Amino acid sequence: MEFANSFYFTAPEVGLTVSGLILLLVAAFVGQKTTRLITILAVAALFGAAAFTGNLLTNSAFELGADAWGGLYRMDAFGSFAKILIYLATIGCLIVTPKFFEQTAEYRAEYPILMLFGAVGMGMMVSASDLMTLYIGLELSSLSSYVLASFIRSDMRSAEAGLKYFVLGALASGILLYGMSLIYGFTGSTSYIGIRTALEGGVSAGSMFGIVFLLAGLAFKISAVPFHMWTPDVYEGAPTPVTAFFSTAPKVAAIAMTMRMALDPFGGQIEIWQQIVIFAALASIIVGALGAIGQENLKRLLAYSSINNVGFILIGLAAGTEQSASAMLVYLAIYVAMSLGSFVALLMLRDNDGNQLETFADISGLSVTRPALAWCLLALMFSLAGIPPLLGFWGKFVVFQAAVEADMILLAAIGIAASVIGAFYYIKFIKVMFFDKPADVVVAEKSSARWVVLGLCVLFISPLGYLATLKLGEFADRAASALFFII
Amino acid sequence: MIQTFAFYLFAFFVIASGVFTITSRNPVHSVLWLILAFFNAAGLMVLVGAEFIAMLLVIVYVGAVAVLFLFVVMMLDIDFAELRGGFIKNFPLGLAIALVLLAELVLGIGAYRAGSLQLGVADGTSAGLAGESNTANIGVLLYSDYIFLFEAAGIILLVAMIGAIVLTYRERPDGARGHQNITKQNMRRPEDATIMTRPEIGKGVEL
Repeated sequence: MEFANSFYFTAPEVGLTVSGLILLLVAAFVGQKTTRLITILAVAALFGAAAFTGNLLTNSAFELGADAWGGLYRMDAFGSFAKILIYLATIGCLIVTPKFFEQTAEYRAEYPILMLFGAVGMGMMVSASDLMTLYIGLELSSLSSYVLASFIRSDMRSAEAGLKYFVLGALASGILLYGMSLIYGFTGSTSYIGIRTALEGGVSAGSMFGIVFLLAGLAFKISAVPFHMWTPDVYEGAPTPVTAFFSTAPKVAAIAMTMRMALDPFGGQIEIWQQIVIFAALASIIVGALGAIGQENLKRLLAYSSINNVGFILIGLAAGTEQSASAMLVYLAIYVAMSLGSFVALLMLRDNDGNQLETFADISGLSVTRPALAWCLLALMFSLAGIPPLLGFWGKFVVFQAAVEADMILLAAIGIAASVIGAFYYIKFIKVMFFDKPADVVVAEKSSARWVVLGLCVLFISPLGYLATLKLGEFADRAASALFFII
Repeated sequence: MIQTFAFYLFAFFVIASGVFTITSRNPVHSVLWLILAFFNAAGLMVLVGAEFIAMLLVIVYVGAVAVLFLFVVMMLDIDFAELRGGFIKNFPLGLAIALVLLAELVLGIGAYRAGSLQLGVADGTSAGLAGESNTANIGVLLYSDYIFLFEAAGIILLVAMIGAIVLTYRERPDGARGHQNITKQNMRRPEDATIMTRPEIGKGVEL
């Protein structure tokens, strides 16, 4: 019975793994001409997983969550919420991909399959209730990401991005593992509950070292300052659809895993990790805002923007309350829509020969030549800057509100000040598109799939999105309370 | 007594062969010293009662990793003299870093000896498994309690394999080269491939 239940609770992972294996066999036997079909089937599998997870989230029988595989894996509202975001983001990235590779003719069936396995790993990360599950999930998703980053073999920048990501990612994994082994050594357990119980009477010096190493490794995975160096290079070098993927699904997974790690096993030791998180949050916000200013490459700019956004999310973690956890989840959902939308819009910037355009000079005067695209980008940039009628404002608002209510007014104030600095380059984006002389190099985008993804993202962040915040807030509250349920 | 002796023996050889790994001029000798270091480290593992890890060390590191190193070192045409040329150039920087590390070690050990760092205190201990040898215990746990993780680790290896193929495999334009056509090979008869000749004495074979 326990075995059957375990299968039921991990069905999204098991299902995605099985479909990945089957699609791999199809690709091996039928050849590369099925790539398009495999992409569609992979999207269908992800839809199925998302629907199943949605059922777990809304089913009142599972409101309290449950353990699977003898406590290695925890099915609860928090994991389900994060997983739905991950699956939807992966679907969005997969849909917009095939067109990108038409020009290079390097689109192969392994691409959607690696994304499927990456999604499996990410699902394990956010549902892990044991350090070992967490690590294996993390490696599964990272390994897929490394390969995806260097997917265009003929492109030097893509290969370089993959190599950089791999080397630095391996280093971060090493740091994380070292922290885990210290924690295991000093608490005698790898399960979150066991660690929590062991640390109830206070934290020894060894465990404290372990927590610091763990946080350093996790900070790398969410690209928080001072472990952010790889982000601009990898985002710039990786193929644009892959960059869109990196800035959405794995980011959600890494942040959700950090939240669970900080608030579950170390939830009683807030005073130990709080100052580290506060530092990482402030440093990310400031470096993200300042670093983006001089960038000419749009992908690099969005990489800094993503560092900046991670800082805002970490403000919620620093507060460490149930309300702030819920605010983080709301922010994450909005961020995914903004980030995915921005990168899909970047994907649409192509010249006559089908080359991707990535610099400010290319989008100059876009509002005259391609008004629809320019207006979508306008909405996305204003939303990223947090200008009120758009939903990006709401995300920042709930996070700052949670911080203020947790008596971290100074942190919120610095965050707001830095977000004003950040507004500079978002507005520069708009200024170049609307007020500069038209460069007229961008050709019209014909792919309706891309317009659908972009349209949905823009619709979600538009003022209409506030209609969805009620439901979103309700699910985020439920997820946050699941995270704090164990206490 | 015999254990203490064995410990110092293994520990001495680990350190000594480690030093020789770094200092030997010939890279092949370096790898051979490394193998010796692995063997002695395995001996140390046996002494602390972790016989499974000791065997893994021998099988995985000596059997696979070190041999792979050896192949790579022998097959790649690396000019090691040139690599070593950088040693002199970077020596001052390396020395400075080494000194900083040494100072930190001294400070750290000093703090520990002064009693301000309680590194010997644990928050809890694991229950541990009694009875069987740890090889048997790992075997039992791996395929029961941890089956989920075991299978997931298998998927990681699969992804690594897919990744290696994606990044290196190149489709040949003519489709024939690089692919083995087994049917064609089996269809081939001796008379297609060989000819019998009976050359005259003093004359060669003409084809």
